[in-house]
Amino acid sequence: MAFINLNNVTYKYPLTKTPALQNINLQVNEGEFVAIVGPNGAGKSTLCYTLAGFVPHFFKGEISGTVEVAGIDSSKSTLDKWVLNVGLAFQNPFNQISGAKYTVFEEIAFGLENTGVPRDEMKPRVEEAMKLTDISNLADRSPYSLSGGQQQRVALTSILVMRPKLLVLDEPTSQMDPIGTREVFGVIRKMAEGGMTVVMVEHKMEWIANFADRVVALKDGQVLMEGKPNEVLTSELLVENGFGVSRYTSTAREAKKQGLWKKEKLPVTLDEAVEGFKK
Amino acid sequence: MKIEINDLRFIYPTGLEALQGISLIIESGEQVAIVGQNGAGKTTLVRHFNGLLQPTAGSILIGDWDTKITSVAKLASRVGYVFQNPDEQLFSKDVGTEVKFGPRNLGYSKDKTDELVKRALTLTELSDKTETNPYDLSPTWRKMVALASVISMDTPIVIFDEPTTGQDALSIARIAHVIAELRREGKTVVTITHDIDFCAENFERVIALSEGRILLDGVAANIFGQEEVLAQTFVDPPQLTRLGKKLGFKETVRNQEEFLNILRK
Repeated sequence: MAFINLNNVTYKYPLTKTPALQNINLQVNEGEFVAIVGPNGAGKSTLCYTLAGFVPHFFKGEISGTVEVAGIDSSKSTLDKWVLNVGLAFQNPFNQISGAKYTVFEEIAFGLENTGVPRDEMKPRVEEAMKLTDISNLADRSPYSLSGGQQQRVALTSILVMRPKLLVLDEPTSQMDPIGTREVFGVIRKMAEGGMTVVMVEHKMEWIANFADRVVALKDGQVLMEGKPNEVLTSELLVENGFGVSRYTSTAREAKKQGLWKKEKLPVTLDEAVEGFKK
Repeated sequence: MKIEINDLRFIYPTGLEALQGISLIIESGEQVAIVGQNGAGKTTLVRHFNGLLQPTAGSILIGDWDTKITSVAKLASRVGYVFQNPDEQLFSKDVGTEVKFGPRNLGYSKDKTDELVKRALTLTELSDKTETNPYDLSPTWRKMVALASVISMDTPIVIFDEPTTGQDALSIARIAHVIAELRREGKTVVTITHDIDFCAENFERVIALSEGRILLDGVAANIFGQEEVLAQTFVDPPQLTRLGKKLGFKETVRNQEEFLNILRK
């Protein structure tokens, strides 16, 4: 059975008229790295909240259908149990950082403290997680004294340290520098290869295509299409629906019209573009 | 309006030396992008332009005003600043009031204020949301409100701190349009960005910061051609620049048009 199982999930926030998610069916296997793409307002963050149990437990509202992670039905669980399996890194790290800790080190230990991890185990786990995301040098800084991108790394690390079975990431690299972004994608890929299941909302198509196993395209709260990264990210359907595409894809699409791109398939990554454009 | 920075140094109270001697002239009407590693000092630098931070040493001139002896309130008439995080900036009960707040405080006439507000709302496509509370909007639209509330002030200098973060393709196109409009009006625009493709398509001059110093400063095509130097501050060249290089192009290409032109030859 799939590790994540969303069955006909429809969800409406309190006081809103239209559902944010409509009839979502999604199965994700253990250790799979799935990227969610879509224009603003497509329901990407709501889907993250649903996987993380915030919908409906925190946000309330009306939900129908079933949400299962690791064989547990979300409606029959509680947030304090849910967090043992599922970790969510927020879109805006400012909203995630606890405000209760003076240093980055303590901030990253916060989740472990709250789930009762013994002190002796905590320290090496925090150190290991900081090493993984390359922020050991920030250990003694205040989380609030950091730049946006550094704060985002701290937010991500404070989830990784919990070793969730399912890692949910809402645009985790939006404020990161370009090479840092690529590195973080690499770290996440490695986590997936180690058996962690990853669902990640992102706009950076080039890196999705390089690192993710599968792409789900959302629009207006519904799944527009899903499949292999190259197949989804080069689809005409995405262009028609206002999705962003990589410059390799858009340029090759234009080149094709002018007879300068001969292949059937359009590229998403640098390697695919080089392969198709080289003489 | 011209920005003149002379040997600017800034040390945070924690002892962190964020800017280590920056000298820079940004001419009136120039459109400049600032790129570089997280923690390089980009935001710290631009926060000096409107007096939010005061130099530890060195000076900044905004036109003929020295930021050390000019109040933030007064500088606000020359420098508009769109924050990285709109939540740090917005406070009004509805979008219309928010966008009107700046121009009204600058003491413009009612007619001029109305006209500026209308223009800002049109440019950011917020005209149908004037009665909405900014916090009832999605983060994307909140960012647009932040943009609108600054451009409505009609300042000769506008600063954007990572305007495209978390925005989709349509919204990024909208931001590019706003910047093009400001260029047409002769405004000086300084934008911090990690979106290097956006940078290549919208800016002529690029400054790369690294560890509180200027690593590179020049015409975009020159900067993007220096892949190894850029890597020192964790910046990749734009996608099409990388592609052109891999294909053995002699020129550094920045956008689709340049790329296809060379391909055709």
